[in-house]
Amino acid sequence: MTGAGKASVLIVGARSDIARAIAAQFAARGHPLMLAARGTDSLAREASDMSIRYGVPVTTHELDVTDLAAQAAFLDSLDPLPVCMVCAVGTLGNQDRDAKDPQAIRAIAEANFVGPTTLIEAMATRMAAAGDARAIIGIGSVAGDRGRAKNYIYGAAKAGFAAYLSGLRQKHVNTGVHVMTVKPGFVRTAMTDGMDLPGALTSSPQDFAKGVMRAYDRRATVYYDLRWRVLMTVIRALPERIFMRTKF
Amino acid sequence: MSFEQTLSGWGRWPRRACMTAPLQDRPVDPAQGAAIARGLGRAYGDAAMNPDMTLMGASRDRILSFDAKTGVLVAEGGLALADLLAVFVPRGWFVPVTPGTQFVTLGGAVAADAHGKNHHVAGSFGDHVLWLDLACADGTRRRCSPDENTDLFNATLGGMGLTGHILTVALRLVPVTSAYMIQRTIPAGSLAEAMQAFEDNLDVTYSVAWIDCLAQGAARGRSLVMLAEHAAPDDLIGALRDNPFSLPPRQQRRMPMDAPSWALNRHSIAAFNRLYYKAGARKTQAETVDYDRFFYPLDAIQDWNRLYGRRGFAQYQCALPLATSYDGLLALLDVISSAGAGSFLAVLKRFGDGAPQRPLSFPIAGYTLALDFALSPETLTLFDRLDEIVVRHGGRLYLSKDSRMTRTTFDAGYGAAADRFRALRRDTGAADTFRSLLSNRLAL
Ligand SMILES: Cc1cc2nc3c(=O)[nH]c(=O)nc-3n(C[C@H](O)[C@H](O)[C@H](O)COP(=O)(O)OP(=O)(O)OC[C@H]3O[C@@H](n4cnc5c(N)ncnc54)[C@H](O)[C@@H]3O)c2cc1C
Repeated sequence: MTGAGKASVLIVGARSDIARAIAAQFAARGHPLMLAARGTDSLAREASDMSIRYGVPVTTHELDVTDLAAQAAFLDSLDPLPVCMVCAVGTLGNQDRDAKDPQAIRAIAEANFVGPTTLIEAMATRMAAAGDARAIIGIGSVAGDRGRAKNYIYGAAKAGFAAYLSGLRQKHVNTGVHVMTVKPGFVRTAMTDGMDLPGALTSSPQDFAKGVMRAYDRRATVYYDLRWRVLMTVIRALPERIFMRTKF
Repeated sequence: MSFEQTLSGWGRWPRRACMTAPLQDRPVDPAQGAAIARGLGRAYGDAAMNPDMTLMGASRDRILSFDAKTGVLVAEGGLALADLLAVFVPRGWFVPVTPGTQFVTLGGAVAADAHGKNHHVAGSFGDHVLWLDLACADGTRRRCSPDENTDLFNATLGGMGLTGHILTVALRLVPVTSAYMIQRTIPAGSLAEAMQAFEDNLDVTYSVAWIDCLAQGAARGRSLVMLAEHAAPDDLIGALRDNPFSLPPRQQRRMPMDAPSWALNRHSIAAFNRLYYKAGARKTQAETVDYDRFFYPLDAIQDWNRLYGRRGFAQYQCALPLATSYDGLLALLDVISSAGAGSFLAVLKRFGDGAPQRPLSFPIAGYTLALDFALSPETLTLFDRLDEIVVRHGGRLYLSKDSRMTRTTFDAGYGAAADRFRALRRDTGAADTFRSLLSNRLAL
């Protein structure tokens, strides 16, 4: 049960339900964890939880991804360089409010696109320089697959993030740095008790994380739930004139 | 982050649209309206429902510390017993008290002051809680223990979330040397024999009886009394001896849909009970079973509450004092079997001493009977008749299982303690801050 021999995994945005579930999967395999997020005080709970449950060393790291100037120091502080980085940062925002506020639009773009891509870029470069097989897992969203009235500012940032990951994957095809895009749909949290949610389209964070690990083991490029893949393929295929009028 | 969703308890009745938000680790804002905390929703009725605001606590489930010398675990209130066991059984620790499902949270087990099959030797869940942190009505966060904020501590154990939100719990686990139980079954042909079996085995750690509530005449109350102890590695055979914590893979089944309402009726249940009793009566040899199968046989079927169909079901669980237990139980069984209402899940259990310092803690020295019934107007009429018998015999009903008792029945059962609890709620401001459908119904 000790992490001896296994390489560390870095989880950025370690407080989200999905990040926690993926972190738990890596810890259960014996990987030491590095948890990074804003406000390490409350990360301490996350760290004790993971280390007691899985018997692996866990460290916490203060990081605000939108503080671009601080990123290099953060990366320098990671010792050793992680074998895998999971990037799960982002903010949903509030579409109606944000649409009227340029500052809010900028903040959404920074939290979901500028911050994460800058960090990932620098990390990928360091990983490539290390030479051996490593991986970056970026958590995007199905909201990026097609702009919808409900959340198109967030969706646009996530679309940019997906395009970024796709390009990075191509760039690193020969460097040993594997880049995987993950797109959660509705992931049921303990918040939702299940009676009203579209059952067929939801999964628990734990089940979702297991799917992510299976995809990671296969070195898949993009992971999303089969059900969502089918749905979004249909949605994406709708001609704009028709899509415009749907309520989806 | 708040949204509306339809909630119910495990009995799927009543159902109500409730505003929900995550329970957070911060002081209660007295300016916000009243709310109730919810764990995994395993209380059968309306205890964890408030249409205006129900705070979902099950994702606050972090383990904060564990001391492998003393077995003291500190965790957030949303930690499920299932997760706790998965982590700690392989290390040789078990929960000191467990209800019949592992899908309950620490907060829920505290709020119910849950009892297990070992109540007669180990007391209830609260007897093993060293302290808890409570978000109180006045916006403070208080550490409550047998020595600190004692009244609040006692009222919180069994207090159904009505004294505050339970944020953190310190619980003392008990050491075990395997994940297995040695179980033995005593067939008892009548209620008197069943009770005698309990009285003769008060030193056995775990005891519980499945009771055939449809048997009549001399066989009234016939039961299979099951007794068990944690197994030591030497009790195990073969490969398990070297690997006493390895479990067989668990098979999860799921109720695919609601059963039609005719599936459970007097005849199907009576037939099942006859077969079950016969099969059990043959198995008097000691058996080794893993802890999952012993403590949580029903958890193997996910959503088994759908067995009772769309209308939902209700559990009737009462406790009777030792002196009146025999007469009271006979009277209850008579009414049930003559009403022809049957229950697969009819359980009888001997309670040890109760905890009178905790106003709403359910167990009292004597016997407890628990039965599930599909809901119907007849069931509700039957329950009213059972209430009269329970009250007449000085007994009480379990709030965690209740969805329909009246304030009069409640007050008769809990006596002066009910008013002590109301006074504490008034004095601490809890009465305006923590409310559920249950607290409204019983004017708590
Ligand atoms: C199959 C089955 C078998 C059972 N067997 C037993 C048994 O043998 N013995 C027994 O004692 N009970 C038994 N129960 C009942 C169960 O133990 C209790 O109902 C328990 O409270 C459920 O916990 P929960 O986390 O699901 O809480 P919920 O059902 O969500 O809530 C129950 C109560 O706890 C309160 N609560 C929950 N979390 C918090 C919190 N963080 N802070 C404050 N209040 C909170 C709620 O307000 C509510 O009043 C059984 C239930 C089922 C479904």
